[in-house]
Amino acid sequence: MNKLVTRYTFTMRLLHWSMAVLILSMVCAGLAIVSSLEPWQLSLLGLHKSFGVLALILLILRFIVRVQSTAPALPSTMPVIQVKLAKFSHWLLYFLMLVIPVSGLLMQYFGARPIVVFDLLTMPAAMVANIEYFAVFREGHGFAVLLLLLVLVVHISAACFHHFIRKDGVFKSML
Amino acid sequence: MIRYSLARFYGISAFVAWYGAVLFLTQPAQASTKVTAQQFVDLQQGQPHFPGFRRAHAKGVCVSGEFVSNGSLTHYSDAEVFSAGVHPFIGRFSIAGNNPHADELSAPVRSFALSFVTGSERWNIAMNTPPVMAVSNPHDFYQQLVAIKQGGDAIKTFFAKHPESADFLAWKASYTPTESLALETYHSINAFYLHDARSNKQAVRWQMLPLGEASKNPFTDSAALQKELAARIAHGNVRFTWQFTLAAPADDENNPAIQWPSNRAQVNAGEINITQWQPQLEGACHALNFDPLILPTGLSATADPILRARSAAYAESYRRRAKEQLIGALGGKESE
Ligand code: HEM
Ligand code: HEM
Ligand code: HEM
Repeated sequence: MNKLVTRYTFTMRLLHWSMAVLILSMVCAGLAIVSSLEPWQLSLLGLHKSFGVLALILLILRFIVRVQSTAPALPSTMPVIQVKLAKFSHWLLYFLMLVIPVSGLLMQYFGARPIVVFDLLTMPAAMVANIEYFAVFREGHGFAVLLLLLVLVVHISAACFHHFIRKDGVFKSML
Repeated sequence: MIRYSLARFYGISAFVAWYGAVLFLTQPAQASTKVTAQQFVDLQQGQPHFPGFRRAHAKGVCVSGEFVSNGSLTHYSDAEVFSAGVHPFIGRFSIAGNNPHADELSAPVRSFALSFVTGSERWNIAMNTPPVMAVSNPHDFYQQLVAIKQGGDAIKTFFAKHPESADFLAWKASYTPTESLALETYHSINAFYLHDARSNKQAVRWQMLPLGEASKNPFTDSAALQKELAARIAHGNVRFTWQFTLAAPADDENNPAIQWPSNRAQVNAGEINITQWQPQLEGACHALNFDPLILPTGLSATADPILRARSAAYAESYRRRAKEQLIGALGGKESE
């Protein structure tokens, strides 16, 4: 097995791009539901919660696939510190992809709001609301999204930098 | 190989185009003149606001009790709350307004909220004394509140421009506040659908009609209504009939400003009995957001634009007061 791995496995690529679409849509939906008073707000809120649960399930799946497959090594020409930063940023992204839906679920739990997932099942909530725990997870949900967007700006700029400036195949490893 | 990279190229272009489209489509929602939940709650809370308290209906009292259902609605709805028997709830009586220390006797609107838990589901209800709204969408409602705050003739001018307020104004002219929170009639105002097991739906509004005996309120201070209520509860004298009005095909369930004709079928679902009370910062009602769009199986929301606006506004108010409470806004006030 000394063949050099230059690309992520198909499953990893599929999960990367489908979750990228899903999560960026979730951010737009989240911003719309907290500000809109329009009649569709209620429907979008329901979809936000259902797809948020789906994002959490996909993340767990992705985590399992990730630890079982070999990720392509970054180019040997890259400075060690940059490689370390790249790895750190990826784990930070996974961490935030976990914290965001989990905080969403917990905020609803402590706010005593049962979650209906795709009309399939109802996840029960606390019998008595705990407003202070709600505040922690509500603010945490928003803050984690903000952090995610910041890391993504770096993530996407780095991908473009590799592709257009260094032309080193890092971007292609995810295509 | 070339075809494969072309496919990838189109894939990525499609991704970028899709994202651009999402941003483009969500933009009008933000940029238009429509009021947002934040603007609405800013207006409601006023300046300065009262940290840690509800931005609307800030002054109130927690209660708990039970609904004794007679089972007569099981034909229309699967909701567990309608099955014959006793269903406990927590609730809250309040007066409209942003001030948690306001004078209760001078408040124009009184309110009653309830919350039932059945299995993994919850049903929140928040009712007011008027049977209808003056307007039929949240943006007009915002302008109505602006006009009220302006004072003078602004509200008269507003109503003149909104003929749909006729039913509300007729109610207002005929209404005299009672001596007690227990003697008011509370209305759902917005309509909801009842669903039976075969997914037939029926639009309804509901009212809670007082059963307590009239008596004079001996209190006159700013907490007169709460004190009178507490005294009544001690005598087991706070009861309501829960009555449902069924819409006929001619009625528009999505317009909360229009009263349905008085000859519509009515169903008496049972009796509400209040048994306990606590000051609002000591009871379980304080931490709850009585968002009326938290509904159980057997009920669903109509497309009424006022009803549909409530979830986001209540959430914004709840978020603000939750955060303020977390950082200590209510510290030391627990006994108030
Ligand atoms: C990938 C996952 C998710 C993303 C990217 C996401 C993103 C967002 C964003 C951007 C907001 C607006 C934040 C703000 O104004 O501070 C939001 C709000 C919200 N999210 Fe999520 N979310 C996710 C998952 C979930 C899940 C799993 C739930 C619950 C089941 C959830 C429930 C909510 C609720 C209820 C709100 C509105 C809160 C309020 O009105 O106070 N989210 N979300
Ligand atoms: C247009 C947007 C995006 C582009 C161009 C992009 C590009 C890439 C590329 C080229 C890699 C491989 C990096 C390497 O081998 O070191 C990668 C990895 C990764 N991306 Fe993205 N990405 C995008 C959006 C996202 C989003 C929205 C998320 C999550 C919220 C995300 C999460 C990740 C993670 C966690 C990895 C690490 C994979 C691993 O090694 O396990 N990406 N991305
Ligand atoms: C667009 C229309 C409306 C808006 C924007 C609005 C806004 C609000 C807000 C922000 C709160 C405070 C929520 C909290 O912090 O927990 C509240 C509470 C309340 N609202 Fe509304 N409301 C609207 C329509 C109505 C209608 C039509 C009714 C009556 C049928 C109603 C009855 C109540 C009651 C009873 C409460 C207090 C609930 C409790 O005791 O916690 N509201 N409203």
